This record gives sequence, C-alpha cells and structure tokens, in this order.
Amino acid sequence: METAIQTTEPKKNYLNAEYGVMSWLLTTDHKRIALLYLGSITAFFFLGGFFAMLIRLELLTPAGDLVLSDTYNKLFTMHGVVMIFLFLIPSVPAVFGNFLVPMMIGAKDLAFPKLNLASWYIFIIGAGFILYAIVTGGLDTGWTFYTPYSTTYSNSNVVAAALGVFITGFSSIFTGLNIMVTVHRMRAPGLTWRRLPLFIWAHYATSVIMVLGTPVLAITIVLVALERLFHFGIFDARLGGDPLLFQHLFWFYSHPAVYIMILPTMGVMSEVIACFSRKRPFGYDFIAMSSVAIAVLGFLVWAHHMYVAGISTYAAMIFSLLTFFVAIPSAVKVFNWTATLYKGSITFETPMLYAFAFIGLFTIGGLTGVFLGAVGIDLHVTDTYFVVAHFHYVMVGGAVTGFMCALHFWWPKMTGKMYPEAFAKLSAVLVFVGFNLTFFPQFLLGYMGMPRRYHAYPPEFQVLNVLSTAGASILAVGFLMPMIYFAWSLRYGKDAGPNPYNAAGLEWQTSSPPTTFNFEETPVVTSEAYNYDEIDGTTQKGVEVAG
Amino acid sequence: MSEHAHPTVKTFIAVWAALLVLTALTVFVATLDLGPFNAIVALTIATVKALLVMLFFMELRYSTALTKVAVISAVFFLFLLVGLTLSDYLTRGWSAYFNPFR
Amino acid sequence: MPDSEIAVQHNLKHHFADLEQQRETSTFGMWLFLVTEIMFFGGMFATYLIYRLSYYNAWVAGSQTMEIQLGAINTAVLICSSLTMVLAVHFAKLGNRKLTTLCLILTLVLGLSFLGIKGVEYHGHWVHHEVPGLNFHFEHEGNYDPRQVMIFFSLYFAMTGMHAVHMIIGAGLLTWLLIANGRGRFTPEYNTPVEMVGLYWHFVDLVWIYLFPLLYLISHHHNG
Repeated sequence: METAIQTTEPKKNYLNAEYGVMSWLLTTDHKRIALLYLGSITAFFFLGGFFAMLIRLELLTPAGDLVLSDTYNKLFTMHGVVMIFLFLIPSVPAVFGNFLVPMMIGAKDLAFPKLNLASWYIFIIGAGFILYAIVTGGLDTGWTFYTPYSTTYSNSNVVAAALGVFITGFSSIFTGLNIMVTVHRMRAPGLTWRRLPLFIWAHYATSVIMVLGTPVLAITIVLVALERLFHFGIFDARLGGDPLLFQHLFWFYSHPAVYIMILPTMGVMSEVIACFSRKRPFGYDFIAMSSVAIAVLGFLVWAHHMYVAGISTYAAMIFSLLTFFVAIPSAVKVFNWTATLYKGSITFETPMLYAFAFIGLFTIGGLTGVFLGAVGIDLHVTDTYFVVAHFHYVMVGGAVTGFMCALHFWWPKMTGKMYPEAFAKLSAVLVFVGFNLTFFPQFLLGYMGMPRRYHAYPPEFQVLNVLSTAGASILAVGFLMPMIYFAWSLRYGKDAGPNPYNAAGLEWQTSSPPTTFNFEETPVVTSEAYNYDEIDGTTQKGVEVAG
Repeated sequence: MSEHAHPTVKTFIAVWAALLVLTALTVFVATLDLGPFNAIVALTIATVKALLVMLFFMELRYSTALTKVAVISAVFFLFLLVGLTLSDYLTRGWSAYFNPFR
Repeated sequence: MPDSEIAVQHNLKHHFADLEQQRETSTFGMWLFLVTEIMFFGGMFATYLIYRLSYYNAWVAGSQTMEIQLGAINTAVLICSSLTMVLAVHFAKLGNRKLTTLCLILTLVLGLSFLGIKGVEYHGHWVHHEVPGLNFHFEHEGNYDPRQVMIFFSLYFAMTGMHAVHMIIGAGLLTWLLIANGRGRFTPEYNTPVEMVGLYWHFVDLVWIYLFPLLYLISHHHNG
C-alpha cells in the first residue's frame, strides 16, 4: 500500500490521549462515546437477561409457583423494556455506528460531537427513570403499554417508565440525526454514494427510521403519561376514547423500531461476509437499495400487530399485503450474501461464525414473520409462543448475533488487542446451540396453543418448556464467556496491528487503536469499495493520503 | 458567507403583511357557513401561510434539494400515519355482508 | 468571500474543512431536527384529526367556547415575532450588532406576550371548568357527548401546552443569543446560531398557524 500510514503503533491513541474520569465523561471523541455506550448497554443486556432468567425459571413448572402472577407480569415487562429500549435500539448504531461511521467515510468526527455526548447523557438519564421504575415496584403493562390498562388500571410505575422511554427516545433521535448529517456532509473526497461501505448505507437507512419514527412514540408516550395523571380519556373507551388509537400510534413507531434493531446488523453482515469470503458483496446496488426500501416499507405495515385487536377486516387485509412486500428487500439481502459466499475464499474466524448463524437464524425468524403477516395464520397463533419465538429469532438470532459479530470483528480496531480465538469460537457455538434449544421449542409450544405472558400453563407443555429453559442456561454461558475473554484480552491479548483481517475499508487504514482525530490528513478515495482483488493482489492502490 | 440568494427586507415585510391579511381572512371566512368547505378553506389558507413562512422566512426556497426532500418526506410520512390509520377507522362500519364496490 | 483568519480561528471546529461546510452542516442538522418536530406534533395532529371525524359535534361545541379574538391576536403576535426574528438574522449577517439586539429583544417580547395571552386564556378555561382531570364540567348547547368534549379539551391542552413549552424553550434560546450577541460573538462571517434559532422560532410559529384554525375556527358561525 503506497500510503504514509505507520505500521508500528503510535504511542498516542484515543484511549491514552487523556487520562481521568472527566476526560471520559466530558469527551466529544466519537470513539470514546462509543465505548461509553458499550459499557452501559452491556450492563443493561445482563439486567434484561436477569429478568429472562427469572421468567425461564418460573416456566420450568406448569404451576405458577415461583412468583405471583403480578410479579410475572412485571418480569416480562421489564425484560422487554430493558432489552428493547436500553439494549437493542442503541446497540449497533450507538456503539459501532458512533465508532465507525466517521472513520469509514474519512472524517475526523461525527457532524455534531457535543450532541453525540448529549445523546449518551440523555440515554443514561432515561435509563435512570426506567431503573427507578424497576426498583420502586416495577412496571406490569407489558413493554407495549397498552391502554386503558397502562393509563387507568395498572398500579405500577407507568409514569416513571413512560418518561424513561420518552427520554431515551431522544437519545435515539439525536444519534440518527448525527449519522444522517455526517453521511451527507462529511464524506472524504472521492467517496461517492456508490463507493460507501454497505455498513454506512445500513446505518443511514436506520437513521432515517430513527428520525421519522421515534418522535411519534415520544408524543404517544407523553399522551399516556398525561392521561394517567389527568384522566384525559383519549385512549380510554369508558371516557369516550379509543384504545386502538393508542395501538396505531404506538406501532407506527414500534414496527419501524424493529428495523432499527436489525438494519445495522445487516450492514455488519455485508462487511464481515465480504471480508471472510475475500469478495465484494454480490449485488452491491441491490443491497444498498434494499436498506432504503426496508426503511420506507417498514413504515407501512404496523397494524399487522393489531389484526385481532378490533381493527376493520379490510384494513387488516391492506396491512397484510404490505407486510408481504416488506419481506422482499430482506430476502434480497440474504440472497446477495449467499451469492457473495459462492466461489469466495471462505475462512471461519469467529465473526464469520456469527455471520453464518445470523443468515440461518434471521431467515427462520424472517420467514415466520411472513407467516404471522398472513391474517389467517395470525388469528390462531397471535399472543402465543409462536410470536415470542418469531421475534426472538430475529432479535436474538439476528440482532444480538449481529452485535456479537460486530464486537468480534472490530474489537481489534477499538482496543488494539486480539481476543483468544478458541474461546471465542466456543462461545459462538454455545450461543448458537443454546439459542436454538431455547427458542425452537417455543415455535412448537405456540403452535400447540400455549399463550404468551402467562406464568402458568397446562402440564402437557412442560417438556418443551424445560428444554427451553435448559437452552437458556447454555445461552447464558455463551454470553458470559465473552465478558471474561474480552476483559482478558485487554491485558494479555496479542497486539492486533492496524488490519488483522486484511479487510477493506478506511477504518482499517488507521492504527489500532486509532488516534483521536482518526486521520491526520483527509484521505482521498480513488477505488471502489471492497477492493479485495486489489488487497489480495500484488499491487495495492486503495487509498492515497492527500498531501 | 453563503453563496445563495437571500430575500430582501422588502420581501420579508411583504410576506409579513400577507400573513396578517390571510389571518384576518381565515377568521372572516370562519364566520360564514360554507358547510364542509369551511374546513377545506381554513386548512388551505393555513397551508398558504405555512408555505410563505417556510419558503421565505425559513429560506427553504433557497435551500438545497436535500433539505426540501427532508421536509417533504416528513409531511409525506405524516400523511401515511393519518391515511393508513383512517383506512381502519373509515372501514370499521363495513361488514362482510356489505359490498362497498356495489 | 474567503473566511478571515480570526473568524476561522474562533469559530471553525476541527472536524470541518471550512466555515461554509460547517454552516451547511448546521443548517441541514437543524432542518432534520425540525423534521422530528413535525413528526412529534404530527402525532397529536393525527389524533385530533381522527377524533374530529367521529366526534364532530363535540369538536364544534368545544371550539365555540374558545376566545377567537385572543387566538387571532396571538396569531398576529407570532407572525410579527417571525418578522422581527427574520430581521434579527438579516442584521446579524450585516454585522449590525445594535439592530440585531433590537430585533432579538422585540422577538422575545412578542414571544412572551404570546405566552401571557395564552395564560389569560388558560385562566379563562379554568374559570369555566374546562380543564380535564382538574375541574371539568361542561355545559353548552348542541347535540354532543360530554365525554367527547373532554377529549377535545384534553387535546387542546396537550397541543397548546406542548406548543407553549416549545415557546418557552425558544425564549431561552433568544436570551442566550442576546447574551452572546452582546459579547460580540456574531459577525458577518459567523452568525449560524442566530440563523438556527430563527429556523426553530419559525417552526414554532408554523405549528400555531395550524393550531389556530383547527382549534378555534371549527365552526365559529353557528345557526342556533
């Protein structure tokens, strides 16, 4: 490579540029803010996992004998609220988006660094309200806050939790705003839209959803809080309102929200699969356009969560048809990733193991989503464990797997250290086995009629529930192991060097860890993205440093 | 200093005057009985006022195409929210035995 | 016009190539924020519109108790404040500190007047027992369901209340601009904050432009 990048690590990087707690709490460096998010969301992931553990323990036996039914309501509510709002929504964009977007486009930071820091503080304050709601008695409305239970009848901490969700929503909005403006205005010279990494396309599309959808959730949850405090009646039939209007407003955001959770990981997949097949992603234009299509079409399908709530049959049919359409761009991506693998030089490092897991598990989750989109099927399996299995396949088998994939792929870049490959592969296998053992039985349970959100069930469902709980224990081990070996790698891990995987992309042209301002000189991009043929060939003409 | 044109003070005052006139007009029209057209006229006048503010006071007329697309997208998605929600409310009265296409 | 050394030194952030890129980025960022505000208020407008279709008589009854003169005056007040805001930006771009200060003060005064008049209106609603959840008791001619009128007033207070919150934030932003301008912060080369607050202020005016006819003018004529 004919650039002036040093091959030995410079002494100063973003981690050791300044020391002290305040240098972290007042940082405007997008990379440090990414790590602040990483620490926080990891803690919240294990909190959500703790609630999951209690749920699975209760469901070991048919009788509701571990906790009271009211407590169980709080457990699944807090599991959902914490996992969705405090882990999944921020996860990839706030950690890897923050860290990588500027670097991948050759910028020194995001467009609004102080807003970025404010985003994290807003996230923490919102999380504080939610934690307050947990410790002062919990929330039992379900993460979906359906009215009039949440506005009138629940005796739990609805207002505090609603405020918490409202506030974290703004964190999400500001992160999306920052990424959108950055991608539009701060690309390096020569970096046209069609030379952008697909990771950027995915995060751009996600940001569009965050900016357009989250405010509607914000105002809806404000109305719920106001209704609870002042007995307005907007969503309460007893007072002349319509509970379904709440559901329309809620799902208008919450359906696109699931695309916020999955799109960034799809961007990760394009990067990782390309790197470990040593090939440009097949159908780059299609993958890029499909991200935009998912963002737009995702706003058109929300009432498929409401088929049995009381909406008109005709509306249900319209939304069902639109739901079938939204599956198409996701399928396009899966086909293109598979075609990328074809005739690639495939190696099986840990990120690639997670990528394979993602393709399989997301496909199952996505297809079962199409089943649920058909009104006739949904009438039978809605509010059963079939739905629970579906969304855990896409959210855990898809989004969490994608997060772990990204963590392993870019850990060397973020920390300068390699993790122990053998342990990492082992935990990836444990996650895959544990996950399937946990959630596949739930498809069967739901099909056989076991309802969701119930703490007790008929005895004939016990065997599958026991299998599910057993799988959850394995899954837990699979998630705990990385905590240990990543920590270990910080001290004892091998030095990674700038590009341990020989990957394409501007972020790999910096040191590991990068310096505070990423690039001393703004790079000038002259080749297409994913120039693996050049990288693996004898001459490398990827990037020239402007000088 | 930016490259694009700016409205002059004269333009600003003209827009301001137009906004005040339109406000008086909409109050006046509301006192008449136009049946369903009351709402249409009121919203049309409001939209004209909004466009005046956006195009001239907020200089949207002189902004980049990207900015215009962003604003139009927001309005479009709002229409989606209202429109698709209405597809539920307006068809709830229909039953399986009522053929709306007859 | 090339950026002067001093302007660049004081105002150019390290991650931008020049002041022009910085200004364009800020402008696009503020417009995107306003897009989120459109969706934010839009949720309430959507709720209002859907209920209006089903509960029209109640909407008429509620609207007829609004004080249309106060609403119209407030509309005019906001329109004038938008003019003074736009002039403040204009003079900031010309580097005229005194006139910028004058226009900012006028905008602030007009904005606070709006809030004062709104306060008078709210007081009137309180006196007439039209505040849901606190003292709601509605009596008015017409063929409507009283529960539905309470929903009208709930939305009235939610929408105008949220609008007022945004005005208060705007007043805070104007105060910050006045202080910064007083310190000579804004020059013909660097006046982006004034422009950005201007965009925000005009947006708040926009919301009111729609709130006024929807809440006050539904059917202000009535035939008995």
